[in-house]
Amino acid sequence: MSDSPLSAARVPSAGFSLFHYASPQTFFPLAGKLLWPCWIAALLLTVAGLYTAFFVAPTDATQGDSYRIIFIHVPAAWMSMVIYMAMAFWCAVGLVFNTRLSFMMSSALAPTGALWAFIALWTGALWGKPTWGTYWVWDARLTSELILFFLYCGYMALQAAIDDPRRADRAGALIAIVGAINVPIIYFSVKWWNTLHQGSSVSMTQSPTMATTMLTGMLLMALAAWAYTIGVALVRVRAIMIERERHTDWVRQLSQAGSNGDMNA
Amino acid sequence: MKARHKRFALIAAGVAALAGAVALVLTQFQDNMVFFFSPTQVASHEAPQGRTFRIGGMVESGSLERGADGTSVKFLVTDTVHRIPVTYKGALPDLFKEGKGVVAQGRLGEDGVFAASEVLAKHDENYMPPEAAHALEQAKKAQATVVH
Repeated sequence: MSDSPLSAARVPSAGFSLFHYASPQTFFPLAGKLLWPCWIAALLLTVAGLYTAFFVAPTDATQGDSYRIIFIHVPAAWMSMVIYMAMAFWCAVGLVFNTRLSFMMSSALAPTGALWAFIALWTGALWGKPTWGTYWVWDARLTSELILFFLYCGYMALQAAIDDPRRADRAGALIAIVGAINVPIIYFSVKWWNTLHQGSSVSMTQSPTMATTMLTGMLLMALAAWAYTIGVALVRVRAIMIERERHTDWVRQLSQAGSNGDMNA
Repeated sequence: MKARHKRFALIAAGVAALAGAVALVLTQFQDNMVFFFSPTQVASHEAPQGRTFRIGGMVESGSLERGADGTSVKFLVTDTVHRIPVTYKGALPDLFKEGKGVVAQGRLGEDGVFAASEVLAKHDENYMPPEAAHALEQAKKAQATVVH
C-alpha cells in the first residue's frame, strides 16, 4: 500500500489483494508493463495466422478460395461479442463497487469493439456476395450484429455527450448492460431461427466442422485479435486515466517524473 | 445487506427482468424472425398468402431445367418431405447447385409454382479440402451400394 492517505482511502479494501490494482494509480504502471508482451504476441500470432491462412490451409471444396475471408471474419465477429460482454462486466462491476477504473476499462474497450463489429459486417458483406449472391440480407444473424455495432456507437456517443464523467459512466453503463442481452441473441440466432447465415463451425458442444489446418489458422487469428485488443485497450485506458485524474497527485508526480526522466536521458 | 450487495441485486434483477421481456417478445415474433419458410410450411399454408416471402431448402438433385433463352431456370426446392417448383429468370449465384441449399424470394402462384425474383445460395458450416469432400462422396456412394 502507498503511504499517501489519499490513495489508501481510494482502495476499497486494504487487505484484499484483488483490489490492489483497482485504483488507477497502481494500475497505470502495470498496464504499461503489459503493453509490449501484447504487441509482440499480436505480431507473432498475426504472422503465424496469416501464413497458415494463405499457405497452409487448403482450398475449400465448395467455396474455393473465397472462404479464406473466414480467417478475419470469424475472429472479428467473436471479438465484437466478447468485448461487449467485457464492457457489460466492467460496467456492472463499476456500478456495484463504485470503482472508477472499471468504467474507464469499459470506455477503453468500446472503440475497438465497434471496429471489430464493423470489420465483421464489412468482411461478411464481401464474403456474402460471391457465395450467397448478395452483400446483405435482413436475417436474424446479420441484423443482430448490426444492432451490436449501433450499440457500440450509441455507448460512445452517449458518453461523449455528457460532460460529467461520473454521469457519463452511469449512462453508458446502462447501454452496455442492457445491450448485452443482444450478444446471446447474435450467438444463438442461427440456431433459434432459420437464417441465410450458416451455423457455427466451432462451438462448445460439437467438434469443429472444419479441416484442422483451417481451424488452426482461424484460432491463431482469433488469438492475435485478443492480443491486439488487450494492447490497444490498455493504451486507451492509460490515456483515459491520465486525462480524468490530471488534478490528482499521482498524475502530477507522474508528469514530473516523466519530464525529469526526459531531462536525464 | 451492504450497499454494494443491494446494487448487485438490483442490476441482476433488472437484467433478468429485461431478458425475460426480450425472450417473450422474440417468441411472440417467432414467425417474423424466420428468414424463409420451408416447403412443408408452404404446403401447410403457414407461409403468407398473396405477398412475397422466401422459401428455403435444398435444390432437388436432377430437378434443374434451363430454359431455351439461357437465363430462365426451373427447379424443385425440397426439405425431403415436400417440394415446391420454382421458376426464376436471371443470374444464379456461383454456389447454386443441385443438392445444395437455396433461398428464393418471390410469390406463390395459384398453380402452386413459386415465381422467384431473387435466388440466393445458402451454404453450410462445413469447410474441407476438395480431396476430403471427394472421399466423403465416395464413402457415401459405397454405403449406398451396400444398403441396396
